[in-house]
Amino acid sequence: MADERIKHVTMPKWGLSMKTGRITEWLAEEGETVSQGADLADIDTDKIVGTLESPEEGVLRRIVADVGAEIPVGATIALFAPPDVPDAEIDAEVAAAREKLASGELEEVAGPTVATVEVDGRPLAYATLGDGEEVVVLVHGYGGDKNSWLFVQEKLAEGRTVHALDLPGHGESAKDVGDGGLDELARAVIGFLDAVGVPRAHLVGHSLGGAVVTAVAAAAPDRVRSLTLVAPAGFGTEVDGEYLRVFASAASRRELKPQLGKLFADENLATRQLADDLLRYKRLDGVDAALDKLVKTLLDGETQAIDAASLLGSTSVPTVVVWGREDRVLPVANAAAVGERAEVRYVDGAGHMVHMENPGAVRDAVEEAVRRG
Amino acid sequence: MARTISYREAINEALAQEMERDERVIVMGEDNAGGAGSPGDEDAWGGVLGVTKGLYHRFPGRVLDTPISESAFIGAAIGAATAGMRPVAELMFIDFMGVCFDQIFNQAAKFRYMFGGKALTPVVIRTMYGAGLRAAAQHSQALYPVFTHIPGLKVAVPSSPYEAKGLLTQAIRDDDPVIFCEHKALYDTTGEVPEEQYVIPFGEANVVRDGGDVTVVAIGRMVSVALAAADELAGAGIQCEVIDPRTTSPLDTDTILESVESTGRLVVVDESTPRCNLATDISATVAQQAFGALRAPIEMVTAPHTPVPFAGNLEDLYIPDAQRVVNAVKSVTSWER
Amino acid sequence: MTDTLSTSVAYELKPEALHDAYRMMRTIRAFEERVHEEFATGDIPGFVHLYAGEEASAVGVCSHLDNRDTIASTHRGHGHCIAKGVDVKAMMAEIYGKSTGSCHGKGGSMHIADLSKGMLGANGIVGGGPPLICGTALAAKQKGTGGVGVAFFGDGASNQGTTLESLNLAAVWNLPAVFVAENNGYAEATSSTWSVASDNIADRAAGFGMPGVIVDGFDFFAAYEAAGEAITRAREGGGPTLIEMKFTRYFGHFEGDQQTYRADEVARARETLDCLLRFRGRVTETGQLSLEELDRIDAEVAELIDEAVDEAKRAPKPRAADLTTDVYVAY
Repeated sequence: MADERIKHVTMPKWGLSMKTGRITEWLAEEGETVSQGADLADIDTDKIVGTLESPEEGVLRRIVADVGAEIPVGATIALFAPPDVPDAEIDAEVAAAREKLASGELEEVAGPTVATVEVDGRPLAYATLGDGEEVVVLVHGYGGDKNSWLFVQEKLAEGRTVHALDLPGHGESAKDVGDGGLDELARAVIGFLDAVGVPRAHLVGHSLGGAVVTAVAAAAPDRVRSLTLVAPAGFGTEVDGEYLRVFASAASRRELKPQLGKLFADENLATRQLADDLLRYKRLDGVDAALDKLVKTLLDGETQAIDAASLLGSTSVPTVVVWGREDRVLPVANAAAVGERAEVRYVDGAGHMVHMENPGAVRDAVEEAVRRG
Repeated sequence: MARTISYREAINEALAQEMERDERVIVMGEDNAGGAGSPGDEDAWGGVLGVTKGLYHRFPGRVLDTPISESAFIGAAIGAATAGMRPVAELMFIDFMGVCFDQIFNQAAKFRYMFGGKALTPVVIRTMYGAGLRAAAQHSQALYPVFTHIPGLKVAVPSSPYEAKGLLTQAIRDDDPVIFCEHKALYDTTGEVPEEQYVIPFGEANVVRDGGDVTVVAIGRMVSVALAAADELAGAGIQCEVIDPRTTSPLDTDTILESVESTGRLVVVDESTPRCNLATDISATVAQQAFGALRAPIEMVTAPHTPVPFAGNLEDLYIPDAQRVVNAVKSVTSWER
Repeated sequence: MTDTLSTSVAYELKPEALHDAYRMMRTIRAFEERVHEEFATGDIPGFVHLYAGEEASAVGVCSHLDNRDTIASTHRGHGHCIAKGVDVKAMMAEIYGKSTGSCHGKGGSMHIADLSKGMLGANGIVGGGPPLICGTALAAKQKGTGGVGVAFFGDGASNQGTTLESLNLAAVWNLPAVFVAENNGYAEATSSTWSVASDNIADRAAGFGMPGVIVDGFDFFAAYEAAGEAITRAREGGGPTLIEMKFTRYFGHFEGDQQTYRADEVARARETLDCLLRFRGRVTETGQLSLEELDRIDAEVAELIDEAVDEAKRAPKPRAADLTTDVYVAY
């Protein structure tokens, strides 16, 4: 019988389509004591590069997955155990794990469940994790989709129902954005809540999504328990207009990829795979037209056209704002427009995609907003 | 929503959705429906391998069966294109190009140029290519290099269902004549394909797999052969960058050159026979434009200079397989002056 | 066609129509005669194949056509181009390889085209036209425009597989098409009596399930009548027709052809059979047009051709950059 105190750390499932990952660097050593949440390993999934935060606390007894090897989601990559567990038992556990991998008997790691509802006569797609009375809804930004919450959704789903949705014009939702205005998008979110039968929810929004959930709170405050705004649009006037415009108009990887570096503090996170995935999305009929309309909503010349700050000011919904200090798309100086209305948490070393670059900081912000809401 | 469908279904879907969207799109070819004038069912076949099934009844009057008269009906498709239609004609087997090639390479390909920029010939000629079904010498060739050679034609060679739907949608919407080459052994392969319509632009290669040690350019069905080889090579610590050009005309040389600049090594996997094929074309381009970056000679993995044999064991020797690609990669990665 | 039938057809045509037909035929004749002269000076590049002698066919047929209708032609295409309304000066410039030509100097004599006038181009490939006409006729049928497609081809092309396939396809698909076999007696240097196994090209029509008619190609009115019937049949959904025009060409297969394979049929034709002479005789006999009017047309046409040659000679050549333009719409 294996010692129950031996804990397996497995290859995480980041995103709906992830099947395998590759450790590019171990950030802790065998024999080291690691706290829960500390950086454990850098993992490359071809779609995204991320840092696995240790789910376990204690001594890292054995590294099972070598750097560079392609490991399926759910397979054991490391073992934690107290120091008094004999090495022989660790070895046995490693062998068992390797055999399980070789035999192909890995359990299917359940990712979020994807479904669609009809909102305003048009399909809206969403991914759900977890089961609980408290409902959190995650709303992505311009050009994004429900997968951008991949590092955040799982932890938030402990004891809660967490829906990540695709806004109209994005992901697997209908590509028709109507007039592309903020009200239209806010109505879609409210329509979503109606369609899934949720009277009140905690809303989390990134970038344009942040402006959208703010508009929802202003229009229907009784539906919103709290707001977490992640680098939201509509606060302040500064914006990289070129990024928004070229994202909509780019027809090739060559045109698009240079802009994507602006999304992250570390430009190297803008991989060719990311560019290819975005191009696949952009080449769906209707997407570029939808993005064009959204650009007009977001941009007035070279400044932001939305005023979400006033909308936020018109409600008293508990709100937490998170912003990466190195945000080059919506510069952090814009946060001043929040004023006294909400707590603003600044994240060092993160850019516009702070929920991917430092998911822990964003999770903490959501937890705080939920606590207050 | 993306879901798993076959290469055949992806092509059928591209045709159906585009015919729905644009009433100028018509389909013609031998037995594209099947049963014309016969006492039994109409749309009996829906194409010899079922690719156009269902279109005949869904789009009455827009799916035309033809007599076995390639030069007449391929020419008719071309003429109809000049007169404002968007025809998708089927040249059942690329091996049959001999009986209609004039209409393709002397007429369609040259109208725009010869007529001083005033002609528009938005015709698509879908055709089956490739070995592997024991169909023997006159039904198994990979003749896309011949079309690639002709200025005025565009040539697409989809390697997967996703590619097939996107490239065919682009081909139909494209204003130039396009030869759309479907590998007959890929029809039953499956992959994720969005339900919605989408395009893949011509002249943009797909980097199917990233790798720093060697660039492997593969065409059509050879992409999956290259990927299988890459998996095996990864086990030996060699990382292959596999590139699928998707269209041989226009050809995305930039992506290939960029990759070779980084890896210094090139292997080209091309099912067509070795004289004047895409492997020679790509190799010469890279040798000329990235000579300084090359750390080893270029290796080409192709069929032999023979017709396609019938006997199964011989045909299997004819078609480039993963082992030959592995050998070629090992050769370039271990090469010393 | 008998003289009396010809006369009755003549009476059916209004003076303006007769005027236009004569002008058209005279323009073709004058154009070709002039090109023949200019070619001999060495100024014109490449190959030209002259239509002189065959005018009644092009004009007899194209008089029934408008911009809905398409025609495909042959390497001997100047007559068809002019009859379908392609600009004469642009044609001359094209033959000289100038940038003001119909095809900006990129096509030359054998590839003159004007798609806006439904002229699919002269064609350097024998038998290249009939399949294309199956296509334009199909398009007209699909779109319900009432338009027809007319494929002109020679006795040489009448033996080409593409032509035979097209006849069958047009009949099978019941296309609004007319096939005009211009039998001028020679396919290059080979006599059509030798190369066409049947007595007449038109005899093949029955084999392809369509009506066939033989026409004295030197008689405008005969050509006009036969073409009218075939085109009406096509427009009304009655399917294709094969018309065989029998005549002779006045010049060689190409300019420079010594024509040693011929006897003296050209001289005889020019004197006694010539379509313009016979047209003049017919319309003055019926009193529909006067000699003065006909002569005036001749003079105006001569002036037009002079201007066309002058302008073509002075026009600029294409620029070096034009070498690589218009291969594709977008690449």
